[in-house]
Parts: sequence; structure tokens; C-alpha cells
Amino acid sequence: MSDNNQTGPIQKKFETNIVVMILITLGLVSVGGLVEIVPLFYLDETMEHNQHKEILWDRQAGQTLNDWQAGDGVRPYKPLELMGRKVYLREGCYLCHSQMIRPFRDEKERYGHYSLATESMYDHPFQWGSKRTGPDLARVGGKYSDDWHMLHLRAPRSVVPESVMPNYVWLDDATIDPATTVKTMEVMRDMPISPVPYTAADIASAKAEVEGKSEMDALVAYLQVLGTMVKFDETKDYR
Amino acid sequence: MQATLDQKYNFEIIKAFSVMSIVYLVVGTGVGVLIASQLAWPFLNFDIAELTFGRLRPLHTNAVIFAFGGCALMATSYYSVQRTCGVPLWSNKLAWFVFVGWNLIIVGAVITLPLGITQSKEYAELEWPFDIAIAVVWLAYTLNFVMTIANRKTKHIYVSNWFFLSMMVMITLLHVVNSLAVPVDMFNSYSIFSGVQDAMIQWWWGHNAVGFYLTAGFLGIMYYFVPKQAGRPVFSYRLSVIHFWALTFGYVWLGAHHLQYTALPDWTGSVGAAISLAMIIPSWGGAINGMMTLSGAWDKLRTDYVLRFLIVSLAFYAMSTFEGPVMSSKTVNALSHYTDWTIGHVHSGALGWVAMVAAGALYHLVMKLWDTRMYSSSLVNVHFWLATIGAVVYIIAMWVSGIMQGLMWRDYDEFGTLTYTFAESVAAMHPYYAMRAVGGLIYWAGGVVMLYNVIMTIRMATASEAAKPATATA
Repeated sequence: MSDNNQTGPIQKKFETNIVVMILITLGLVSVGGLVEIVPLFYLDETMEHNQHKEILWDRQAGQTLNDWQAGDGVRPYKPLELMGRKVYLREGCYLCHSQMIRPFRDEKERYGHYSLATESMYDHPFQWGSKRTGPDLARVGGKYSDDWHMLHLRAPRSVVPESVMPNYVWLDDATIDPATTVKTMEVMRDMPISPVPYTAADIASAKAEVEGKSEMDALVAYLQVLGTMVKFDETKDYR
Repeated sequence: MQATLDQKYNFEIIKAFSVMSIVYLVVGTGVGVLIASQLAWPFLNFDIAELTFGRLRPLHTNAVIFAFGGCALMATSYYSVQRTCGVPLWSNKLAWFVFVGWNLIIVGAVITLPLGITQSKEYAELEWPFDIAIAVVWLAYTLNFVMTIANRKTKHIYVSNWFFLSMMVMITLLHVVNSLAVPVDMFNSYSIFSGVQDAMIQWWWGHNAVGFYLTAGFLGIMYYFVPKQAGRPVFSYRLSVIHFWALTFGYVWLGAHHLQYTALPDWTGSVGAAISLAMIIPSWGGAINGMMTLSGAWDKLRTDYVLRFLIVSLAFYAMSTFEGPVMSSKTVNALSHYTDWTIGHVHSGALGWVAMVAAGALYHLVMKLWDTRMYSSSLVNVHFWLATIGAVVYIIAMWVSGIMQGLMWRDYDEFGTLTYTFAESVAAMHPYYAMRAVGGLIYWAGGVVMLYNVIMTIRMATASEAAKPATATA
């Protein structure tokens, strides 16, 4: 090294002792993550339902997931929706479709109310996405009929000529496995962080809910619930 | 001379990593060309599940980052640590364990990702058994590197090794935390984090895979190979000290800028954006340090094609580390987020910086390891121009399409309603997606030229090596 090689004591220690180098590096790289990530787990303002209780479904004892009505608030996915979400993950839909509407005028008009953190609180893993090769899907639920979705998934260009989406022709023939459905719900319920509040009755009824359903049915069920859980009050600022 | 170097250092393992790295460059960018073409001409998905964009895109990113980039990093770090410490690798066996383990993980990725076996976290898609294998192999890689430094003959640890080490430490931390998941079965698991926390942890990983794996690691390459190829010492020791500390401390904070205006609390995104802006300073300090290493020897760029790769890579590094902070500012991010501009930015870093500096270092390595000249130095020049032109075509296509998308989505007509449907913006992208595929194809062709040139160089060197003892005994 050409110029001035004089170093301070810390730098000298750092570059002559490998253990010191590892420890200092480990300390330095930990700071940013600790500051940005750890508070998200305990700051109440992070999750909007701490200020606005009505956006979380207030489930009464004995109620099943089927007792929930659109707009009642954020709830765990029904068994069929959860399996549809599994298909969504497997096919890599998140690579072209976001599920995170930003608070801009054009996004509100195109997609709907901006997304809340509470709306994805049961999403292991999150599906916000990072790219819109296709449109945002955070509030696609209820915008199109089930039939439209099926046509569109099998042959997107038959309903949207400009689309560049692949044809998902194999979803109709694949069936949902009831045993995997139950296992997945148990995994979600037993998560060490942000567990999903499935009741024993939810899990007990899961097999019957998905019996004989295709992956197409499941994926459409998932798409149709997206963004329908919270009933927004336009006069309220949720963030 | 070479015979003694061969005996002193472990060169065979470096040879293996170098060759595999070039093979993966061709494979990884080849998959990239296919998926780029699928976005321009969707019939190329062929209605086959395993060949659809959604399944091949993770294969593309894993192949270029972890297969090509990983093998390049392992080759260069294991080579330069031996040379700068004056000792062989601590354990040759462990190094081969890393080689075999890493390549088996890559084979596993090639099989499982097209089958849709994924955790769905970007750049960390591999399922949990692979995550465990990656952690084990990565720690073995790190241990061997650290123990080699501990055995060194020199008093000071050379600057390239600081950067490699900070990569190893940070990637261990990131990989372990981001991959925490609860399995349902052998090939299916779900992140233990959810929603907003999962998003922040994912982008803490995502941006630092860029910041440490693709930046700190490749800066380690720059700090060893640029001075070696130029035959000049590093321009400024002080600048490299500042570069290292600022980068190691600062990069970790940037992940939050991927989540501007989302449901992530505003303070987190703002902190990420502020530190992102500040990162221009160490990044440009490093780029200047690398380029100015050539001061007094600029004429070498006329004749030394390998040096061209190294210096042009630094120009791309400076460009994308300026672009990044600009895109992280809220005003620009509001337009650029979710668009192809992000893809263009990633590729100016990946094609322009990472792959060019790696190509320069790999050419240098091939000549050193096999103690030979390149089979054809004009083919090195051909590769240089294919890579440069391919990268520029790709980046320009994405700039235009990205900014156009952003503007179309937010455009209002005279009646105050949205001017364009989403589908119209998709249709408008077609020419740029085609142009991007062409740029990628040109870049891929450069990789093929490199692979051919390297194979011929090795054949030439092995043939002359085989001829030598024959003449000696005769």
C-alpha cells in the first residue's frame, strides 16, 4: 500500500489480530439490523389494530371461520384459501404481482385503499412482492367472478390479450391433499412468532373443507379473499 | 517458479472453483435470457409447469448469485488469502468439502426450484434442508479462511481479506435469521416471521446479499486483483480503511429502502433512505481507490484486456452505487418501486460490476494457476465488448421501460381519471422486453466466448505441461 501507513491503535489491533477483526465486524454489522428490526416486534404503532380494534376479527367462542363475513376484520385463512396460497407461493406469483398498495391517489383508484400491516399479520411468509409485471393483487378479491379467474388462469390471453402471464393449465387436475392441509394449519397455529389462532374445531373441519377440491379451486378461493377482510372507513387515517 | 508455487499453495481447489464459476456464468445467464424472452413472448413458457417464469426466475437468481458468484468468491478468496498470508490453506480437505458441498447444493437447486419447491423469500428460495446444508458449508468455508489467516506469515492482514471476512460474518448472520422456518414436510416449510416483520427481515437479507455477498466480497476481489493485474500498489491505504469501516457499518441499514411507502412504519424506511444516501461516500471512495490504482499506468488499458474488465467494472460500480441512493430517496422510489427500473439497477450492478470484476479476476487466475498466457487474448477482448454492450443494452431497455411504467401508472387525463389501464402498460413494455432479451443474449454470448477461451487455454497448458517431462527424459 502506497501512501501513509500510520494507523491508530484500534485499526492496528484490528488488522493484526484475526479474532479482534471477527468480533469488531460482527459487532458493527449487528447494529443496523437490531435498530431496524427488533422494534417492529414490540412497538404498538407497527400494527394498526392496536389503535383500530375493528380491523381485526373479534371472534366469539364457538364461531367457525365460515361464520365470518367480508369486512368483519382480519382472520386466519380458511383451509382451502391456505392451500390456494401454497399454490401461489409454489408458482412464484409474488415475482410478478405485489400485494402492497401504497398511499398514492393513482394506486387508490387502480387498486383500492392502501394496505395495512395488520392485513398480512397471518402471512407466513409475507407476500408483498417487489415487482409489478402484472397488477397488484392486494384487493383483487371480489373484483372478478370465480369463472373469470379460472378462464384467466388457464389462458390469460383469452381474457386479457396484452397479458404475458403463463397458462396455468395443470391446476385443474391437481387435487388438494387433506392431510397436508391439516399439517399446514397445525404448523401455522404452533408458530413460535406470530402464531395463527386456529381453533381445534377449525383444524378438525379442514379435511372436509378441502376434500375433492382442485388446486384451481383453492387458488381462486385465496384470490377471492384478498383485500376483503377489512371494511375501511374513508374518514379514518389508519397509519 | 510455478512448480514451487504449486507445492507451496493449494492451487487445485482454486482451479476447480474457477472452472465451475465460468460454467455457472453461462448456465445462469442462459436461464436469464430464457425468462427475459418469456416476458416478451409468453408462448416460451410452453405450458410446462417446470419451465414457467415463476419457477425459473428463482433458478436464474440462485444460479448467478450463489453458483456463479459463490464459486467466483470461493476461488478468489481462497487464492488471495494464500498469496497475501504466504501460507497454504489451513485444510485442503475442508476446502474440497466446501467445493463438493456447494456444488451439490447447486445441483439440488437446479432440481427443486423448477419443481416449485420454494420458501418464496427472494434470493433465499431454497427449502429448509438446503438452508441447513448452506449454513454448514458456509461455516466450513469461513473456518478454513479464518484459520489460514491465523497461520499467516505476515504481521498485518491485507485489506482484501477484511472485505472477504466481513462478507462471511454477515452472510452467516443473515442466512441463519432469514431462513428460520417451521417445516411441514421434507420439501415444504413456512417462515417463522409474518407480515411486516417478515418483510423487513427479508429485505434486510435481500439488500445485504447485495451489500455483502455481491459488494463486500467482490470488493475483496477488487483489492487483490486490480493491484496485481495493474502491477501497482493500491492507490490509498487510508481510503481503503474508510471504505471498509463505512461500508461494513452502513450497508446493513439499507434493506428498509425496499419498503418505502408500504405498511412498514415510516421511520424505518426513512432511516434506510438516509443511510442509503450517505453510502455514496464509501462506495465512491472505494471505486476511486480501485481506479486510481492505475494512476501512472493508464496506458496498460490499451493492451491489457483483463485490466479493462476490472476498470470498467469499477465504472459500473460507481454508476450503480450512485443510482441506488437516488432510487432509495422517497420521491424517486414512489416512481421507481415495482417497475423494471429496479431490475435494471440490479443488472447494472450484477452484469456491469459483479460479473465483470469476476471475469477479470478469473482470467488473471487462469493464467496464474495454469502458468500460461490465454489461448487467445483477442477473444478476451471480444468477451469484453460483448459484456459491455450487452450490459448497456440491458440497462437502457430497463431504464426506459421502468420509467415509462411508473409514469403510465400515475398518469391522469384531462378529466381527472387514470389515462391507462394496467394492461396497456404491459403492452407498452413489449419492445423493451425484447430489447432486454437481446442485451442479455449478447452478454451470454460473451460468457460462452470466455468458457471456450478458458477451456482452450487449459488444454493448451496441459498439453505443453505433458510435453515437458517427455523432452526432459529424452
